[in-house]
Amino acid sequence: MTWLTAERWRLLVPAVSLTVLLIAVFWLQPRTMSYTGLNLLFNLAVPIALATIAQMLIMMVNGLDLSMGTFVSFVACVTATFLQTDPLVGALILFGCIAIYGALGVVIYLRNLPAIVVTLGMSFVWGGLAVLLLPTPGGAAPEWIRWVMTSKPPFVPMAIVASVIIAAAAHWLVMRSSFGVVLRGVGGNERTVERAGWSVLRARATAYAMAGFFAVLSGMSLVGLTTSADANIALRYTLLSIAGVILGGGEFVGGRVSPIGAVIGALTLTLAASFLSFLRISPDWQIGAQGAILIIVLALRLVLTRREARVAH
Amino acid sequence: MNKSLIVSALALTLLSGTALAETADKRIALSNNYAGNSWRQAMLQSWDTVTKPAVEAGIVAAADAFTTAENQATEQAAQIQNLILQGYDAIVLNAASPTALNGAVKEACDAGIIVVSFDGIVTEPCAWRIAVDFKGMGKSEIEYLKDALPDGGKLLEIRGLAGVFVDDEISAGIHEGVAENPQFEIVGSVHGDWAQDVAQKAVAGILPSLPQDIVGVVTQGGDGYGAAQAFAAAGRPTPIIIMGNREDELAWWKEQKDASGYETMSVSIAPGVSTLAFWVAQQILDGKDVPKDLIVPFLRIDQDTLEANLETTPSGGVANVEYSQEDAIKVIEGE
Repeated sequence: MTWLTAERWRLLVPAVSLTVLLIAVFWLQPRTMSYTGLNLLFNLAVPIALATIAQMLIMMVNGLDLSMGTFVSFVACVTATFLQTDPLVGALILFGCIAIYGALGVVIYLRNLPAIVVTLGMSFVWGGLAVLLLPTPGGAAPEWIRWVMTSKPPFVPMAIVASVIIAAAAHWLVMRSSFGVVLRGVGGNERTVERAGWSVLRARATAYAMAGFFAVLSGMSLVGLTTSADANIALRYTLLSIAGVILGGGEFVGGRVSPIGAVIGALTLTLAASFLSFLRISPDWQIGAQGAILIIVLALRLVLTRREARVAH
Repeated sequence: MNKSLIVSALALTLLSGTALAETADKRIALSNNYAGNSWRQAMLQSWDTVTKPAVEAGIVAAADAFTTAENQATEQAAQIQNLILQGYDAIVLNAASPTALNGAVKEACDAGIIVVSFDGIVTEPCAWRIAVDFKGMGKSEIEYLKDALPDGGKLLEIRGLAGVFVDDEISAGIHEGVAENPQFEIVGSVHGDWAQDVAQKAVAGILPSLPQDIVGVVTQGGDGYGAAQAFAAAGRPTPIIIMGNREDELAWWKEQKDASGYETMSVSIAPGVSTLAFWVAQQILDGKDVPKDLIVPFLRIDQDTLEANLETTPSGGVANVEYSQEDAIKVIEGE
């Protein structure tokens, strides 16, 4: 069992739950077992996966971003307005957003503020800006984003290709690059990283800026799917992204995260909703049922982390 | 309307035969984003009462209602994509956002599915829209007052929830009507948020600053009863208060009518508009040429129809009307 490292154990539960759900969905609705079927099943998971990676990066340095939903909504509004009519101004605003995220990381570190409070405050800022930008729903997706999101690559649908690319890129960034190790170290044991001569300030700023970058991609891809924006379009993403990270094997503290798991977690959440809808469960029960799926997966994980601990020793 | 109308509509379709043959194997789904108030509950109930007999009579194969667990555009977009996967032939849609579902609606159209949006309509060109003429509704209030009060006079306006487009539209219609009938003058305006308690507080607050000779109160629905209470509490004579089809408003009106012959009218949108959308979808599936933009008539209650409507309105609910296939054909042909 030497190939079953701690990292792989961490991935096992999310991967198995996704597979089981997928088989159940295929069985309930055979139409989904096709190119278009898979695309329709998963295309709205792409922005959620990107937001989940963003949330994961913040959680990696022991933070929690409660402004994820409003921020993605704001980015969607910018994408549907400025980025479409004035690409340069739009791009500048989005770069500014990433810079603000980096600055948040600095402020949170220097002032020793709880990230949860700072981001909760920011959620009102982003929400207000989004309403100012688009008081009534509207705007249009830039042609090129629409093209990317509705493209039809041969054999494998866009939603799957995009998920694999996101997972691979985030995996390389966090698990394989040397800077990723430092970032995870900040979440695990900040003082050790500092003593080893790394700048914790820089690491935190980078983690937040990267989170901002992935959240921007999330908002852009969402508009590519919906064709236009709405100031409240992605409010659900705050909780979905946190659930996605946890479902994918991440933990709230300690720099223990799994990018591939996070993407799988996002896909699982999306699939769980479709599964319940295909089952024709009444909407009154759906939220409860979604919660039940989450609890089952997490309980499974708890059992397996005990085994993981044994394997590690 | 009522059961006899539905039955006669069904009889008619059975006689005509062609409709039965064309859409008997078609499945229609209702995609709904919210079920948390009496209006939406009535909307879902109407859908059930009208579509069940239609399915039993074999006019369509299925007419299932789906409500998202949370009132969010992303959630409803996923729901629509699931409905595509479930192979429905038409989706009747009350949308969470006029624009944020366009991508999913386009996917449905590309899959050859008919999409009919109503109440909360979508802007995607490939979908049909059954819109409410809120402006016309506002204007109709002034037109009623014009006949009831030929001499005109001072009016108080109760608006809805600030910043919502429905509020702007109804108010614009009222002001348009006043501009055309200069014998009327709006001397005060408050926001009642479509809720009786808010309206009562707002009206009570503005009344001391208003002249004694207010002849009418123009409203948006859900605020007439509160306004009446505020006038009574201030010891003022009750002007003509336009009602909004809520059960408490109709009950109050009935009480006044029996006591002193009080006259007014009541107007709002019937939740049964979902059934109109159902029949429109059925007609499109049947191959009828239907214009992309339709206007839904509003439900108006007058002095002589008050008792009948009050009787059929559930306590705490909204007066409703369910549409038959004939009604839908009339709306489609613009009658």
